[in-house]
Amino acid sequence: MSIHRTLRNIFFTAIIVLLSGCDTVVMSPSGDIAAQQANLIVWATILMLIVVVPVIALTLLFAWRYRSSNKDATYSPDWDHSTSLELVIWAAPLAIIIALGALTWVSTHQLDPYRPLDRISEGKPVPEGVEPLIVEVVAMDWKWLFFYPEQGIAVVNQLAAPVDRPIKFKITSTTMMNSFYIPALAGQIYAMGGMETQLHAVINEVGSYDGFSANYSGEGFSHMRFKFLGMREENFDEWVAKVKAEGDELSRPVYKVLEQPSEKNPVHYYSSVAPELYDAILNRCVDAGSVCMKDWMSPHHKNHDSSANPKARHEGHHEL
Amino acid sequence: MSEQFELSKLIFGRLSWESIPLHDPILLATFIVVVIGGGALVGALTYYKVWGYLWREWITSIDHKRIGVMYMILGIVMLLRGFADAIMMRIHQAMAFGDATGYLPPHHYDQIFTAHGVIMIFFVAMPFVVGLMNYIVPLQIGARDVAFPFLNNLSFWMTAAGAGLVMASLFIGEFAKSGWLAYPPLTGILQSPGVGVDYYIWSLQIAGVGTLLSGINFVVTIVKMRAPGMTMMKMPVFVWTALCTNILIVAAFPVLTAVMTLLSLDRYLGMNFFTNDLGGNAMMYVNLIWIWGHPEVYILILPIFGVFSEIVSTYSGKRLFGYSSMVYATLVITILSYLVWLHHFFTMGSGATVNSFFGITTMIISIPTGAKIFNWLFTMYRGRIVFDVPMLWTVGFMITFVVGGMTGVLLAVPPADFVLHNSLFLIAHFHNVIIGGVVFGTFAAITYWYPKVTGYKLDPFWGKASFWCWFIGFYLAFMPLYLLGFMGVTRRMSHFDDPSIQIWFQIALGGAVLIGIGIACFLIQLYVSYKKRDSLRDETGDPWNGRTLEWSTSSPPPQYNFAFTPRVYDNDAWWQMKANGFVRPSTGFMPIHMPKNTAAGIVVAGISAVFGFAMIWHMWLLGGLSFAALLIAIIVHTFNYKRDYYIPVEEVEKVEAEFEAKRNEVLA
Repeated sequence: MSIHRTLRNIFFTAIIVLLSGCDTVVMSPSGDIAAQQANLIVWATILMLIVVVPVIALTLLFAWRYRSSNKDATYSPDWDHSTSLELVIWAAPLAIIIALGALTWVSTHQLDPYRPLDRISEGKPVPEGVEPLIVEVVAMDWKWLFFYPEQGIAVVNQLAAPVDRPIKFKITSTTMMNSFYIPALAGQIYAMGGMETQLHAVINEVGSYDGFSANYSGEGFSHMRFKFLGMREENFDEWVAKVKAEGDELSRPVYKVLEQPSEKNPVHYYSSVAPELYDAILNRCVDAGSVCMKDWMSPHHKNHDSSANPKARHEGHHEL
Repeated sequence: MSEQFELSKLIFGRLSWESIPLHDPILLATFIVVVIGGGALVGALTYYKVWGYLWREWITSIDHKRIGVMYMILGIVMLLRGFADAIMMRIHQAMAFGDATGYLPPHHYDQIFTAHGVIMIFFVAMPFVVGLMNYIVPLQIGARDVAFPFLNNLSFWMTAAGAGLVMASLFIGEFAKSGWLAYPPLTGILQSPGVGVDYYIWSLQIAGVGTLLSGINFVVTIVKMRAPGMTMMKMPVFVWTALCTNILIVAAFPVLTAVMTLLSLDRYLGMNFFTNDLGGNAMMYVNLIWIWGHPEVYILILPIFGVFSEIVSTYSGKRLFGYSSMVYATLVITILSYLVWLHHFFTMGSGATVNSFFGITTMIISIPTGAKIFNWLFTMYRGRIVFDVPMLWTVGFMITFVVGGMTGVLLAVPPADFVLHNSLFLIAHFHNVIIGGVVFGTFAAITYWYPKVTGYKLDPFWGKASFWCWFIGFYLAFMPLYLLGFMGVTRRMSHFDDPSIQIWFQIALGGAVLIGIGIACFLIQLYVSYKKRDSLRDETGDPWNGRTLEWSTSSPPPQYNFAFTPRVYDNDAWWQMKANGFVRPSTGFMPIHMPKNTAAGIVVAGISAVFGFAMIWHMWLLGGLSFAALLIAIIVHTFNYKRDYYIPVEEVEKVEAEFEAKRNEVLA
């Protein structure tokens, strides 16, 4: 019957389309975290196919075998129960889900974005004494601002990191909820105003990768894209030097202008950054005279403006 | 001068001539088409003098069957609107690469994807599901109507009023540019000062009241009004799924109402529930909306599971395999659907333990769902399957739905979700289960019960054409989206840089066009079947050799459904009656007590729509007046004591004798 052949063809086409997903950025990324996530997708899919393939095959088989024109097939109109079959029906998916659930529990903890890395790639633990590169990420309307506190620089719409060195992203947003996502590097995490999320990741190959917001945030959202550059250590140092040489100063007044909604912003370098600027953005107190969120509960806050009152910096609550 | 200004503000609020989008050629053309089409329709209705008939027999009707049909019509009309949005998005995305910007500016494109989602869920899928339950549930449980017939009429008109507001936003002002769940802070007053989000809020609030009332109505109907002998474990599976769905509605919709109210307070009164500043937290909104939103997807799919259970067993000529495991699977899904909402935002940064808890509960839902699929499979096993159109949809569903289920479970693994969340993979997944489940199921149900509703079957040729277009069109439209998800392409983009992926969007557009042809085939099918109704006529009331009580009535059933309340001994009650040589009684009829039609439903809903419109446009005077009118209308209705009447014995005798005579003529 041609109907069933068509069904089968469509099914196999679907499988082929899915398989051709193998050489995509998500399935063959360049960072260790994303690679583990891709691996997990493969294993979870294989586990589920154990149930899904027989179901599809049986559906087609039964539909064909028990068609009304086939009088040779057994017909038992009142057969509606079989304890052993029911056991299998419930137990088979249960077994798969137990396996998948265990995999989920372990991998979710293993690949928790807040968890500092313990390896830079398979079989390569993080060398003794290597500290992660810290990058503070601010999602803005509609561009990305990256602070490098160690280097004292900031960059709009470009991100660079040395290969094989762990990176610790601290992520917030000025207004809208966005999602910080570099598919080649690691999974995404939301960027939210007044809150800080974190992401630990490492890039293993030199290259230029796409980064963008994966959460719709209004008019300019589609152009909220940047390049993430994986570099050799020495090239990264050159890049930092270049930013320092060519960049402007990111003072608070300059930041207030930058904060205005804009689209398709070109890459822009800042060689120096006003003190505690990221912290003030996170705590929503860039404006002179405003009280920082972290100080609301403190009995001493009075009317101090945060720049005049550089308190101890709060690290994220999620440090493990 | 300034006083005059104040007065016009008081009356018209924010509404002015600038709010009418005459400058947008697409909207202008649509508006002209709507005016011409609407004018033609009104003209035709007037010419054929059917207004009185419509008013008496449909608009004010409290007959659950009429209301069910009106829900289905609303769903079909809104499906056309939602599909128009879909095809516009597909065309735009297939074009907007590199230097080409596509034909829609972002502010228009953003409204379209928002409207598409809102309309498809609230005003297509919900009316379809509620409409099916309306028509079928009372018939299947041997009742003459629902427990609260007037509320049922009110529920429908409230839903229609919400749909009307969404449609009005097309030509007066704008719709939300926020995505279908309207996450703040994007929807806060600072970021979205326009009327779009207010249209969103008020249309959902008004339609939500309707849905909630309808949920209460059906829970009571199913619990209290079953025919004698129909214990819980003898209810048809569709009734079971309807019961669970309505329990979900009663528990979930108040959350939606509350969260919309909080957002309104933020927007109208400057409160700070979901703002970035002053202690607000937008993530609270995201949690609350998904505490409604996740049960919502089960509200949509559970009754459809019921539909497939009825169809599989009827067309296999066999009892449903594993009735009790089907029931328990439904109950387990009902409960678990409240424990999974966080899987919609694993990427918010909850801890690993929280994420894995919600990931694993989500996976557990696939166990009862899998059991259901197996039960349908073993109902087909050793059956005699007749491949009428409903059965085609069913087999198409079983194959498509397991693929969608698999991608869903994949998304439930948090680290996998981190790379696939918000990507086109996610879009493909939920269209996979909503089209492959809810839409396929609705078309199966329409084809299956159509002869019951109208007295004639649907033409199978156009039904098959529609099925194949939908089925192949679905795979063409959404398999490329799965792939694009793996390429890291995110949703809601109005422009792309990378030209190498354009081909996949063009294929997807082809699929969407094919789906459009499928919808056209369905409409042609309705027309052709009407033309050929005499040859497709069903006089027996039981064209498919059915198993449940609705097939024991005439097609269409009499106003009172059952002259005698049936007594039930088996979960396939009608099958068992037929097997035992049931003879329809011809004497001993009694007058039948029935509820009376009322205009209160459309009046209350109409005033609600005016109130909503006034609130959207800040027309405080009209808002106050309409709110007062709303209260008065409700109070006046409570003084209406003429709510019931009796159908005399002679009429019942006549109707029953006519049905019996025609039936015997055909069967002889």
